[in-house]
Amino acid sequence: MLRFLFTRLSLIIPTFIGMTLVAFFLIRLVPGDPIEALAGERGIDAARHAALLTEYGLDKPLWTQYGLYIGRVMSGDLGRSIVTHESVLSEFLALFPATIELALCATLFSLLIGIPAGVIAAVNRNSVFDHGVMGISLTGYSMPIFWWGLLLILLFSVQLGWTPVSGRIAVTHFIEPTTGFLLIDTLLEGNKAAFWSAVSHLILPTIVLGTNPLATIARMTRSAMLEVLGEDYIRTARAKGLSRFRVVALHAFRNALIPVVTVVGLQVGVLFTGAILTETIFSWPGVGKWLIEAIHRRDYPVLQGGMLLLGVIVMSVNLLVDLTYGIINPRIRHTQ
Amino acid sequence: MRAPTVKIRVALLCAMSIPAILVAAPVAAKTLVFCSEGSPENFYPAINTTGTSFDANSQIYSRIVEFERGGTKVGPGLAERWTISKDGKEYTFFLRKGVKWHSNKSYKPTRDFNADDVIFAFERQWKESNPYFKVTSSNHTFFNDMGMPALLKSVEKVDDYTIKITINQPTAPFLANLAMEYAGVQSKEYADAMQKAGTPEKVDQEPIGTGPFSLVQYQKDAIIRYKAFAQFYGGKAPIDDLIFAITPDSSVRWAKLQKGECHVMPYPNPADLDAMRKEANTKLMEQPGLNVGYLAYNVQKKPFDDVRVRKAMNMAINKKAIIDAVYLSSGTAAKNPIPPTQWSYNNAIKDDVYDPEGARKLLAAAGYPKGFSTDMWAMPVQRPYNPNARRIAELMQADLAKVGVTVEIKSYEWGEYRKRMQNGEHQTGMLGWTGDNGDPDNFLTNLLSCDAAKPGGANVAKWCNQAFQELISKAVTLTDQAERTKLYEKAQVVFKEQAPWLPIAHAVQLTPVRKEVIDFKQSPFGRHTFYGVDIKE
Repeated sequence: MLRFLFTRLSLIIPTFIGMTLVAFFLIRLVPGDPIEALAGERGIDAARHAALLTEYGLDKPLWTQYGLYIGRVMSGDLGRSIVTHESVLSEFLALFPATIELALCATLFSLLIGIPAGVIAAVNRNSVFDHGVMGISLTGYSMPIFWWGLLLILLFSVQLGWTPVSGRIAVTHFIEPTTGFLLIDTLLEGNKAAFWSAVSHLILPTIVLGTNPLATIARMTRSAMLEVLGEDYIRTARAKGLSRFRVVALHAFRNALIPVVTVVGLQVGVLFTGAILTETIFSWPGVGKWLIEAIHRRDYPVLQGGMLLLGVIVMSVNLLVDLTYGIINPRIRHTQ
Repeated sequence: MRAPTVKIRVALLCAMSIPAILVAAPVAAKTLVFCSEGSPENFYPAINTTGTSFDANSQIYSRIVEFERGGTKVGPGLAERWTISKDGKEYTFFLRKGVKWHSNKSYKPTRDFNADDVIFAFERQWKESNPYFKVTSSNHTFFNDMGMPALLKSVEKVDDYTIKITINQPTAPFLANLAMEYAGVQSKEYADAMQKAGTPEKVDQEPIGTGPFSLVQYQKDAIIRYKAFAQFYGGKAPIDDLIFAITPDSSVRWAKLQKGECHVMPYPNPADLDAMRKEANTKLMEQPGLNVGYLAYNVQKKPFDDVRVRKAMNMAINKKAIIDAVYLSSGTAAKNPIPPTQWSYNNAIKDDVYDPEGARKLLAAAGYPKGFSTDMWAMPVQRPYNPNARRIAELMQADLAKVGVTVEIKSYEWGEYRKRMQNGEHQTGMLGWTGDNGDPDNFLTNLLSCDAAKPGGANVAKWCNQAFQELISKAVTLTDQAERTKLYEKAQVVFKEQAPWLPIAHAVQLTPVRKEVIDFKQSPFGRHTFYGVDIKE
């Protein structure tokens, strides 16, 4: 197990370097620079443009800039935003809890519905429920997030008035962020009304962000379960006279979980991608929207820092997923 | 064998049951919520150029002179009166006494506003030796763009409540320039305290102003909370709290307005306009904007060096069809380079009539009986003065094909687009402008002067006409508005004769507000300020 862990950890270093290279050079391939983006229609004269490039250190050769950047990253300095002039790390830390809160809720939503739906569909193969689940999950998978989000807002918020339209909490609640996770901060302040307001604001974005992973997880669970249910040991279990629940829940489900866990791990990346649109629609102050704005404004330090931090998080989650295999299935642990 | 299946189904049902669905708490009385479109860059307007930043900062800072609410007229601000010397070069400002500063957790003011603060506001942007020149950023865009470094000779403190500013040459828009957001006055005492504490950047992050609202809380991309400043020199604002609920998507802003989650929203989606006009609980405020969208002909490139070709182009394009199809009800046809709301607008000028046959004849007379090929640059982004440049280009392309002109539509990434156009790489291309200070010079000098026609300048027609230049150069030195108006009217005649542009449209400013909002006034500059606004209980 330890050897496995070390092998995986050693792979992180080249991946990390690759990420810094991609984050640094990709944005510079896009035409335009941050100074031009700041100038707008007014334009900027060549002398001032050059002076500002020097001030931001953007006049140096690219490799020199990259070297300086890596040096700073190594010492934990991700730089300052060219637009807001705030530290990239502090902006990330202020916004990331919102993204994580939403991503966790969406993950929970997709797991709590996707896994049972997939299991029931597999157990009742070719039933109306099975076809229903598969049809709905295909629809969910193909649903454009922007359209889906606006549709839910129009129906549940505007027409029915059940949920708030957007934001993280009603503006009447004044909550000073402690952890940044509003569900926790409101409870820490003992403000129940604010807590329920935060919950109500989470409902629609959770559904929108969780729909795609839900569809994937439901389909993956169903096919994994179908495969396992056809195995000899399941037949043996049934022959032994075990109840259907025990066969499905204990024997089949545990073995079917391995591919599902892989998919859940991969969904972390999908969740961050989906968060960009979901955060824009629901005015959710997270890192997705922050990065998109940084692209529009060619805010190099924010893009580099943000991509790097998100990359590290995705890598860490995938490492955790790999380690989880061993816990779920001891055979994997032994073969390592 | 049935029971376990039921268990699983029950579990599924439980998982699917969403917690009790709650509705947002209603907004408290005397709290006005503005669904703003984005986060301000920071709280120092002098280094920013976006309306988003100005909206957030205008509530906090005051300037020595102010634009009237909803207009372009300049009136007293932190200076209660001023005198201008006969030669138009010396401005003496008499400052208000007893003007209080806001306070926050890290700073409690010990003195009222005085002349030191005004000098700090200038020197921070002007003198590199000022310790705050580079704090946050040295990119003092508007101070530079308004020509302040070249214009200012001295800013002197006569006494604690009198300031004398001397400029190098008489410049009529100088006063209006001082009413712009970049000239917002910050507290020198606060700046000194923060510098001493080793955190100078706090001045721009936790702002202290003398404006009608003080900042209470800012959470990036989420919310800005202000509280009405009870000691504001103009009297406390009618509302108690002002909240900017940051909502980037325009359709979502509209949904929030309908539901009463906000009272005012900027920049509606044109597709929602019909619904907005029909909605009982809101009203759609409309006002011609201080902007112009245009198609510029690069007069330094053939065949657009010939005025007949430019005129023919103007006659071949059906402007009305463009307004109807693209601007919908949010634009009016433009004939001059300045909008009708701008004083000195020459309404006597007749626009070029849509006449494809006449255009063909004019092209033949210019030596292009079979037409010619040209490029046409279309912006890749929506702008306040042009909702869809690509679509407009396609309509123009179809019109011009009828007179034998083959158009190739080109576009680049937005920053690159502007840079290349300002360098004159195009033959024809679309761009536009939104007025900064309510002065015609702001349009005409920035967009059509000889100086701006140099590579990198904003005169993208690269048109330098001596008669026009003399008129606008003279007008800017005069203080008498009637005299200036005459000169600008003549300049517009020269512009129309020479046709360096096809002026396309002036976009109408649209602001949907809830019915309970009282006395919200649209700003010609597109700002959203809330002093003087009230809400029905």
